[in-house]
Amino acid sequence: MIRAICATVVACGAISLPAGAAPLDVKIGYLGRADRTETISLVEMPPGNDGIAGAQLAIDDNNTTGKFLNQSFSVEDVRLKDQDDPAAATMQLADRGISLFLSDLRADMLLKASDAGRARGLIFFNAGAIDDRLRQQDCRANVIHTAPSRAMLADGLAQYLVWKHWTRWLLVVGSHAPDKLYADALRRSATRFGAKIVQERVFEDTGGARRTDSGLVQIQSQIPLFTQSAPDYDVLVAADESQVFADYLPYRTRDPRPVAGSAGLEPTSWDAALDQWGAIQLQDRFERKFSRRMTPLDMQAWTAVRMIGEAVGRIGTADPERILDYMKGPDFSIAAFKGRKLTVRDWDLQLRQPILLADGRTVVSVSPQEGFLHQFSELDTLGIDRPETKCQLK
Amino acid sequence: MWLRLVLGMALSALLAGEAGAFTAYVSNEKSNTVSVIDTEKWAVTKTIKVGQRPRGIAYTKDQKYVLVAVGDDDTIQMIDTTTNEVVDKLPSGPDPEFFTQGPDGKFLYVANEDDNTVTIIDIARRAQVGDVQVGVEPEGMAVSPDGKILINTSETTNMAHFIDTATRQVVASVLVDARPRFAAFKQDGSELWVSSEIGGTVSVIDPVKHAIKKKISFAIAGMRPEPIQAVGINLTRDGKIGFVALGPSNHVAVVDGTTHEVKKYLLVGERVWHMAFTPDEKYLLTTNGVSNDVSVIDVGALKVVNTIQVGEQPWGVTISDR
Repeated sequence: MIRAICATVVACGAISLPAGAAPLDVKIGYLGRADRTETISLVEMPPGNDGIAGAQLAIDDNNTTGKFLNQSFSVEDVRLKDQDDPAAATMQLADRGISLFLSDLRADMLLKASDAGRARGLIFFNAGAIDDRLRQQDCRANVIHTAPSRAMLADGLAQYLVWKHWTRWLLVVGSHAPDKLYADALRRSATRFGAKIVQERVFEDTGGARRTDSGLVQIQSQIPLFTQSAPDYDVLVAADESQVFADYLPYRTRDPRPVAGSAGLEPTSWDAALDQWGAIQLQDRFERKFSRRMTPLDMQAWTAVRMIGEAVGRIGTADPERILDYMKGPDFSIAAFKGRKLTVRDWDLQLRQPILLADGRTVVSVSPQEGFLHQFSELDTLGIDRPETKCQLK
Repeated sequence: MWLRLVLGMALSALLAGEAGAFTAYVSNEKSNTVSVIDTEKWAVTKTIKVGQRPRGIAYTKDQKYVLVAVGDDDTIQMIDTTTNEVVDKLPSGPDPEFFTQGPDGKFLYVANEDDNTVTIIDIARRAQVGDVQVGVEPEGMAVSPDGKILINTSETTNMAHFIDTATRQVVASVLVDARPRFAAFKQDGSELWVSSEIGGTVSVIDPVKHAIKKKISFAIAGMRPEPIQAVGINLTRDGKIGFVALGPSNHVAVVDGTTHEVKKYLLVGERVWHMAFTPDEKYLLTTNGVSNDVSVIDVGALKVVNTIQVGEQPWGVTISDR
């Protein structure tokens, strides 16, 4: 439409924007996972377009804005299996002129893709991997993280539990590697904010199907048995990213105690129930477009694509190096329906963000909690702060 | 002679009484009500039940109605100002939040957040007469004093769109800071002020050049920048003072309209959204969404002089002009 107006109005300068005239076509590559994770709850099964749907909605939002700026945006979706080579997939997209990438790949695959892309100046937005090592020893100068880290999630939960004076935790950890990493983050948070882990138990994954026709009869007696004879505790905190047992805990513990972590009250970047700070508008447009609710991965991808749109709109170029510099700088921020501006930590390229605490039906609270202070930004009470970072960006 | 004296006294008493007695209507977003405030008694005289999620609220130019956008009912209700009852409604389009009128009060311009549209309604005919496609999540609305330009701000696109009210075309767009919420013209049309909630700034725009000439930022001693979120703006008729509601920082900034320097921060209730002057500009009322009250600012003294409890989560306010 703007083009039409420009044609009739003599002075196109009426559109007082950095790149008013020259059309700009911005292509984004999306590196997604081909495999689907199994969940205990049928309603939590990730949809086939988890993540990419958020990116596509943000493309629409960028294009609505772009029509006033003569900018257009598109995303190309590539799905990789565990055995596929992410470097090769990245190079194929790069050969077609793509230099901005979103990823919801696992940490090791993301690193292969981003390291392969460095020589060609490609930049990556990690929308999926919460591993702290990607923000610490394995951080990269060409990878920005819109997914919160495990440390941020654990800190967001710990602040709320401490605010509630639920400071005695029974920690139950799954037997898979990501579960152990989540437990590490929870232990760190407990120490930071003054909670005590009264005991730790490991829930071994002995295999087997998550759904059986015999149903829940056995679980109803297994979980009380597993949680009996514990020292006095206020809350059971579960570390079960692999979705083997945590969802079986609520209402089945031996003692009547709330459950948090991987079930019950869960820390997250987004919840379909969030309706404040204008979020209902985003939830509505997402549901209209995709006929389903918006997941955390959708939101992390939406945020990444909006960050690209925001940067390109402000600086008038899609040059990845300029975008990266702008995002690291003091002038960049993104509004993402969390009640405050989100900015990028310059020491590890993690997007600062509040952490929602949701129980699957409502948003119970949002961290940082009141009273957890910080000399620069209260958002930096969540996750690895500048003085403790092991990241050396290069 | 005697009669004339009595009449004269009665008249002056009446005038003195009238000087302070205006009526303010406050929309209470959570309780689905509108509180009616007498600005002489500084008290709520009536609470009107309205539709769901009332936010934008304004008198019609003829003062016969107060219009209130009830977003969750997808309409704008009309309250009769003599009976204080909801008597009619306007076809606003989906999820109306905020609206404005031109100087002649013929058309109502409504921001429909959900579908990137500004809807134009003929108030007398109660009918939609057009729409304009704008950026993502249209929110703030203002009409230039000469009625020729309609401003709409889009919250996710982060622009102020200039719309020609005759052709209903977007003629220019100006990028501002994140989540622009509110737009206000100086009465002489020389400046347009646009607040950015997440950006925490007010952009002062030259409406002829379509260019930002000054960006006002805010800093309150002892407070982090995050809660300082600019929302409502009210400028005095002479353009000498601008008041800016700063949301969860619980303060209203007093800005010099000429130099654009912040002169003072006034502590009001919690989460201050919108404001309205009494017509004599002696007082400015603010809606405080979290503390459920309205603060009264003495404009001459620049002091908060009163607080009135209203319904739950007050959002918008409009005051009669006589």
